[in-house]
Amino acid sequence: MTVGVVDYEAGNLKSVETALLALGARISISSSPEELLTTDRLIFPGVGDAAAATAVLRARGLDEAIRSFVATGRPVLGICLGSQIVLDRSEENQATCLGLITGVARRFSADLGLKVPHMGWNQVVPTADHPIFAGIPSGASFYFVHSYYPSPDDHSTVLAETEYGIRFASAIARGNLTAVQFHPEKSGPHGLRMLQNFLDYRG
Amino acid sequence: MLEKRIVVCLDVRDGKTTKGIKFQGNVDIGDPVEMARTYYHAGADELVFYDITASAEHRGIMIDVVERVAREIFIPFSVGGGIASLDQMRSVLLAGAEKVSLNSQAVNNPGIIDEGARAFGNQCIVLGMDVLADTTMPSGYRVVIQGGRTPTERDVLAWAREAVDRGAGEIVLNSIDADGTKAGYDCIVTRLISEAVSVPVVASGGAGTPQHIETVFRDGAADAALVASMVHYGEYSVADIKRHLHGAGVPVRMDGVDVG
Repeated sequence: MTVGVVDYEAGNLKSVETALLALGARISISSSPEELLTTDRLIFPGVGDAAAATAVLRARGLDEAIRSFVATGRPVLGICLGSQIVLDRSEENQATCLGLITGVARRFSADLGLKVPHMGWNQVVPTADHPIFAGIPSGASFYFVHSYYPSPDDHSTVLAETEYGIRFASAIARGNLTAVQFHPEKSGPHGLRMLQNFLDYRG
Repeated sequence: MLEKRIVVCLDVRDGKTTKGIKFQGNVDIGDPVEMARTYYHAGADELVFYDITASAEHRGIMIDVVERVAREIFIPFSVGGGIASLDQMRSVLLAGAEKVSLNSQAVNNPGIIDEGARAFGNQCIVLGMDVLADTTMPSGYRVVIQGGRTPTERDVLAWAREAVDRGAGEIVLNSIDADGTKAGYDCIVTRLISEAVSVPVVASGGAGTPQHIETVFRDGAADAALVASMVHYGEYSVADIKRHLHGAGVPVRMDGVDVG
């Protein structure tokens, strides 16, 4: 089994790579749609600007590759910026995103009086059963670094919630597509367990 | 609720962890990779490695340390010390560090903050500030560089604001007066900076007891606290600190820590 990791110039992939290798996964880090489509499951990580990232995805045909991959029914995991790019659009530079899950990525409001980015460890409380949370206690802490958060329209796509001034969707899913706002690859043993769950997940 | 972070700091010299008092008289205390692994399993939320290698020819050793650390720990860690160019930042980040910390080099060449933030994102760029109380400065604190040896003309508050405007995503604020004293953090300067900037502030210098850490979270409005000697010599464990904070009602990550 090979895990494809989408390389689209959106941040450092090293930590995702080392975490997957520590779990014994065979990985293929690539920016080629053809190569990625031959893998058994797909991860698209990413940090940075949603508009810049989606522009790179489009320029390389990776937006269509991700859509095609999702359509095959094989498991797909978005991480951090990846959890925003699956939505219809982002408030960040008014980016048009992939539209795989209905909703918008919103910025934490200055009215909350909190520091933005939301950076550090925060509790993730699952609101639905999902194999990705197998063996992970409700309220376990995961590492976050982000200024925008997923705000899906359909509550049935929310997998888990986290509180930072407001309660936001820190994990979302639709069918074989799962996306998490936090960084499982930087979230200690619970994070590694989540990645292992994804490797075991049949979609 | 966002938790307060305990950041364990390892000073690394020529590939060995070392600890000095007021930046003088360093002694080697262990292997950084082994220590990183121990702190990771003990519940540290984040690690910082400062490369205080004296000679340029030994800098490559640090990259090797970073690569080995990255394979073993799965929490964020940053690397600082002597980073002066985009290429150096890139090599540290590609070796597996989450963030780079810029200190003296940012004072000498502030544009490096903008360049780093543009190339790697604000969340990768940490401003390290060494500060000394000085009543002649507008904020009451002066920025010092080269490990506290060289005073600058910069005021701490103005420099913190400028660095954040340029793209720094976090500030590690180290009080030279408090460093190594184990008498507690400087809560006044920590609060001053934490309330003035939108990014997280990590308090550094002076930790001696878990109570000091509780105090800098409450009175200093710190988002994270950096600890070194108080955990390196076995006086307190990361778990001791977290149990104290948890008991005092400070939100901390208790995963892996026996509540006791």
